[in-house]
Amino acid sequence: MELIYLLFILVLSIFLGFALISRVPPLLHTPLMSEANAICGIIVIGALIAAGAQANSTLTIILGTSAVALATFNVVGGYLVTERMLKMFKKKAAQ
Amino acid sequence: MNSAFITNLAYIISSVLFAFGLKFLGSPVSARRGNILSASGMFLAIVATLANGQIISFQWILIGIIIGASLGALVAFKAAMTQMPQMIALLHGCGALASVFVDWTAYHVNGAGDLTNTITLYLSIVIGGLTVTGSAIAWGKLSEKIPGKPILFAGQRLLNIALIASILILGILFLMHPARYDVFLIILGLSVLFGIFLVIPIGGADMPVVISVLNSYSGIVACTTGFVIHNTLLIVVGSLVGANGIILSIIMCKAMNRSITNVIFGAFGAVVKKKTDGQKKEAKAISVEDAFLILENAKSVVIIPGYGLAVAQAQHAVRELSEFLEKNGCDVKYAIHPVAGRMPGHMNVVLAEANIPYDQLMEMDAINPLMENVDVAIVIGANDVVNPAARHDKSSPIYGMPIINADKAKTVFVLKRSMATGFAGIENELFYDDNCRMIFGDAKQTVQALVAEFKNSQH
Repeated sequence: MELIYLLFILVLSIFLGFALISRVPPLLHTPLMSEANAICGIIVIGALIAAGAQANSTLTIILGTSAVALATFNVVGGYLVTERMLKMFKKKAAQ
Repeated sequence: MNSAFITNLAYIISSVLFAFGLKFLGSPVSARRGNILSASGMFLAIVATLANGQIISFQWILIGIIIGASLGALVAFKAAMTQMPQMIALLHGCGALASVFVDWTAYHVNGAGDLTNTITLYLSIVIGGLTVTGSAIAWGKLSEKIPGKPILFAGQRLLNIALIASILILGILFLMHPARYDVFLIILGLSVLFGIFLVIPIGGADMPVVISVLNSYSGIVACTTGFVIHNTLLIVVGSLVGANGIILSIIMCKAMNRSITNVIFGAFGAVVKKKTDGQKKEAKAISVEDAFLILENAKSVVIIPGYGLAVAQAQHAVRELSEFLEKNGCDVKYAIHPVAGRMPGHMNVVLAEANIPYDQLMEMDAINPLMENVDVAIVIGANDVVNPAARHDKSSPIYGMPIINADKAKTVFVLKRSMATGFAGIENELFYDDNCRMIFGDAKQTVQALVAEFKNSQH
């Protein structure tokens, strides 16, 4: 894909990120960060291609498989720990 | 329609789901829904990638997924809320390492490509490499595997400059000769080394900034990797995460009245000399029994937690105390400084774990105007964030840092082990104020003793 389109996406996504994240209250900053870790695990799609597209050299198999494991760790660990934290936030009326 | 089109369509839907996930994190009411939306976006992206025909072998993928998913689930369920900062640091490091491996594979298989590709590859392995070890050191410091104090040695600055210079010079060499595999590996190695030296001189209390900065790096690396392998979804998500880290870093730095460069290169704790110009005043101690009598008559109490509360695991005892106070007709609030704890929002999750309702947790700016009407402020394990010197003493190293005005309350109780100074290594003049009383001892035991007094008084 042409570089200019990728830059286009980059710039707009940065604006989107700033707009969305500046609305998150400090109360939820820790779950926000673990959520960020989880979505950062999106690198898993690059890792899948690295591990599965050409399984012909030992180095790419090692690198690809490790990348899949590490990224999956981020995805699963990130989402589950976020869920665990968010479950703890209760309003007073609920008591 | 070809398969690439369908995959990209799925990526667009994933991006939208991620964006909504973050949007719903704007309120604790909708946050869990947001997390589920975001997770379904991730699931969709993974399925779309597996199905698009580019992948021909699944055995190694399966092995990787099983290992990663089981370790991730294990860590997510086992980690205590007080350990959240090191868990986050660990995740930063793993994400960055995965990115570096993907970059490396891309380089190994396809080479560096044209000039712009080579530039993004270079940036990706440099930022990725230093994020991996930087996060590892942060993890070690937070979990106290290595000393939390700034680690300084002679020639550190020179070494850092030499490392940066070599990474830059080798970078130029790499851009001119992108096929030089050895240069690629040396750049990666030096970046990994640089990550260590970047974080070891930073002290424990500056960790909220370090974690936020590393968070933005892990996002930026996902982004640059997106450029390396030409994947739009990586660029979108990397930008979102990068923006997240940058916003949090700015908030943390403002809350400490310092610049990011000062945190990273300042080694705060080592520079500041303790001021010992013979304090005339003496801090006044108070017994638990007397403290109870004051609390029994209080109409409003504000509890100011710091990292010490998390260390002492006092959050459950604190909840019990606040329940007794409320039964007694007292209004209880918690005042949370942005840098209390070891990462942004750390105190909130520690208190939420103890079932303290989130509408009792107040931000610094919301509570400060109300402090004058508060009968008792109880400072538990916090120090520098309540030091009034930050407001008026221009010679103080923390001058200008926004603080919680605990001293404005009618009475202040400070729960503390001893008269030792806080992270900044400076005397806290709050302790010598006329309205301040010290309750020495372990925070958890002290709060439990106060709870016992309340229990006895009911019989």
